[in-house]
Amino acid sequence: MSVRIELNNIDLSYGTTRVIKQVSLVIEPGEFFAFLGPSGCGKSTLLRLIAGFEQCQQGDVLIDGRRVNDLPPWQREVGMVFQNYALWPHMTIRRNVAFGLEERRLPKEEINRRVDAALERVGLLDYAERRPNQLSGGQQQRVALARTLAIEPKVLLLDEPLSNLDAKLRIHMRQELLALQRELDLTTIFVTHDQEEANTTSDRIAVLEDGVVQQVGAPMALYDRPDNLFVAQFLGSANVVRGQVSECDGRPCFVSEGGLELPLPDDLGNPNRVQALVFRPQNLLRCDENDPAALFAGEVKLREFLGNIVRYEIEVQSERLLLDELYGRGLAPASPGERIGLSIDPRDLRPMTNA
Amino acid sequence: MSVARHPGQSLLFWLIALFLLSFLVIPVVQVFFVAFVDVNSGGFTLVNFLDFFRSSLFRESFYNSFYVAAMSVLVASAIALPLAYFTTRFEFKGSVIIQSLGFVPLIMPPFVGAVAMQLLFGENGSINLLLDEYLGFTVPFMKGLNGVIFVQSIHYFPFILINLSASLNNIDRSMEESAQNLGSYGMRLFRRIVFPLAMPGYVAGASLVFLKVFDDLGTPLLLNVNNMLAPQAYLRISSIGIDDPMGYVIAVILVVFSLFAMWIASLALRGKDYSMIQKGGGGLAKRRMRPWEKVIAYAIVLLILLLVLSPHIGLTLLSFGTIWSYSVLPDGFTTEHYAEVFRETPEYMLNTLLYASLAATLDIILGTAIAWLVLRSKLRLRHWLDYIAMAALAVPGLVLGIGYLRSFLGVNIPFGDRPLATWWVMLVIALAIRRLPYALRACNSALHQVSRALEEAGENLGASRMRTIWRVTVPLMAGGILAGFVTSFATAAVELSATLMLVSTESDAPLSYGIYVFMQSAAGRGPGAALGMVAVLIVATGTYLSHRIIEKSRRERSFERV
Repeated sequence: MSVRIELNNIDLSYGTTRVIKQVSLVIEPGEFFAFLGPSGCGKSTLLRLIAGFEQCQQGDVLIDGRRVNDLPPWQREVGMVFQNYALWPHMTIRRNVAFGLEERRLPKEEINRRVDAALERVGLLDYAERRPNQLSGGQQQRVALARTLAIEPKVLLLDEPLSNLDAKLRIHMRQELLALQRELDLTTIFVTHDQEEANTTSDRIAVLEDGVVQQVGAPMALYDRPDNLFVAQFLGSANVVRGQVSECDGRPCFVSEGGLELPLPDDLGNPNRVQALVFRPQNLLRCDENDPAALFAGEVKLREFLGNIVRYEIEVQSERLLLDELYGRGLAPASPGERIGLSIDPRDLRPMTNA
Repeated sequence: MSVARHPGQSLLFWLIALFLLSFLVIPVVQVFFVAFVDVNSGGFTLVNFLDFFRSSLFRESFYNSFYVAAMSVLVASAIALPLAYFTTRFEFKGSVIIQSLGFVPLIMPPFVGAVAMQLLFGENGSINLLLDEYLGFTVPFMKGLNGVIFVQSIHYFPFILINLSASLNNIDRSMEESAQNLGSYGMRLFRRIVFPLAMPGYVAGASLVFLKVFDDLGTPLLLNVNNMLAPQAYLRISSIGIDDPMGYVIAVILVVFSLFAMWIASLALRGKDYSMIQKGGGGLAKRRMRPWEKVIAYAIVLLILLLVLSPHIGLTLLSFGTIWSYSVLPDGFTTEHYAEVFRETPEYMLNTLLYASLAATLDIILGTAIAWLVLRSKLRLRHWLDYIAMAALAVPGLVLGIGYLRSFLGVNIPFGDRPLATWWVMLVIALAIRRLPYALRACNSALHQVSRALEEAGENLGASRMRTIWRVTVPLMAGGILAGFVTSFATAAVELSATLMLVSTESDAPLSYGIYVFMQSAAGRGPGAALGMVAVLIVATGTYLSHRIIEKSRRERSFERV
């Protein structure tokens, strides 16, 4: 029932500015897929292209195997929830939700039935006769969703749907969105600049930057095995140590520009092409300076207490490294100025060839 | 308590309140009073209104005023709608022309060009002479009420254009896109989404046009159309006398209709603050015109432009023409009319400069003071100053003039034996009251932009309240205040209706009165037109300056933020 979306070699420019560069993606039927990237990366443009509000100069957009490049927006059967919800202020909630059904010239009873069902689904049936400006942000968001779902679209497009909500509501809404998507088994694309949102909801994420897809994959896979520095740093914090593969005490190792010596990861690939190692702050382990397990030692420069974790900034040789520790576990917190020993499991190091 | 803490504020408040009471509230109440009071018994009565509606002339005048105002709205809409459509839907170079059309009614009030329009479009005017000669028919553009409708609508359509364009531009693109996304397009989309969203702006503009036309005295008088309400009121008061209740009844009707039009506008706007624009998205999607569309669009814009400029063209021709009668163009050209007005009646211009600058000065002082009291003080009744000052919008100049004549009847000017009501100072005050709402708005928005924190910083660094106002607040407001001054000045310079009521001697009369007097006779048209050109020049310079000032202060402000 649910449909597949394919983007093949999409190229899109505004005048002379190329905003989408050779993008190819396949979104599987029923998948919750996220376009993730900083503002201006082209993620919204790509979404609007699927909805029919942008025209690409090259490439094909396929929905359910059918090329839709030349279909106007109103014939695409693609439901979109706009960032500002785009509820029409001159219509009641009921009229807003009924709009798409009226455009389809459905019989009155069916329209009423489906509007009620859609509002029921988002829990706002009691608000049907109100105007959009009488509703809170979260309620407006639900109405926008109900309005889109009422037409039973083949695809659901969400353009930063949570960005106008406060933090608590955002968490609640994203869980609701996901539950709804699973229930309807509806192919969904979600545009966001917030990695947490993408991670928590999506089956797969496409990370975009500068109009190019940097990497596609499941959230954990992207986090663990970023293909490049942009992805590594955009998804969570990362320590990036630039340098090259060399030899320390007769064994191969990685020597950084700052003089730091690190063990080599297992899946190194071609050692000559490695230009940096990347690892997560929580994978760096703290021990006593004189502990034999210590690979190197450093001085705590900064300590930030973030609640569940404590983040240290540690100077090692002339590198600065981040270290995250769960608060209240293990060693007593270190203070700035203190010297500590550090170690890391080679399996947690990720080589980069294109730093 | 607050009185004890801020004696200065309270004093200022009461001074302004006294001024507004004396020169706005009491005169208007006086007019209502006379209209509802029996001349003989002095008791409350509706008999004056009954008399009014018993007279066939008044019934006809009432009907005509209503008809002319409604038709002007209709014709003005017919001009404004295509223009608004072009600018908001297409990438259209002509948009620049269309936008500058918005200033036309500010630059030249309709009565100034009315006679010139008669010569261009009248029964024996240029256009009809040409039509008759080449096509064998004529169009009664200027016949009777048609003339008033024609002149008013080409002057006032920009009010609709500006308001409508503003609300069209305020529609976020996503409003339209979400409708497309749900399967709507074309005319249906326009009818169901775009049109209703633009409606409040249209109604606001249309009611403004209605109000302006309904109240206007000068244009019908100059076109010699007397069977309308405002001319009837003027003629009754000036011929029968100040005691005749009919003038007051008409004044009450004018005020009531003004209030009605303003009420309609506020209804249209209430709860419809469709401020929809979110992030950089911007207004509706525009597309490029196809070549044939471009041809049609330019043709329409050009035609409207010609129409809008025709009063200016006509006035120019008239002011330089020797004799212009039964011919397409004047027989010859001369600068004699200009020489005449500068030689023989320079007082019109000098008086105008004096009155308008005094009135504008008064306006910005009052405007700044009221804005400051409303936004910064905590006096309990402060909002009333704002309400009362803004209520002047609903008082036509004619009504204010009648009110002054009545209220100050029998009072002589201080240390003199002339009647107070027709003293030129009263005219200045009337002009100031008439323009106060606009000046107040300018001052209000200027003060709004001065953050309280900037003043607090001044006080924190040791400047007293007064010193802070003088050194921080006023300089930051300067741009807005100056713009308010120039606008007040420019519009006060061409106010006619209050002037007609209050001027008693020609030596005290301003430009607008001079134009009116000259235009009465065929021989005076040339000099009248020359005076008109001077007026246009003054107003155009003023309008241009105020725009420059606003632009400049806006630029400086945006610079400050960086």
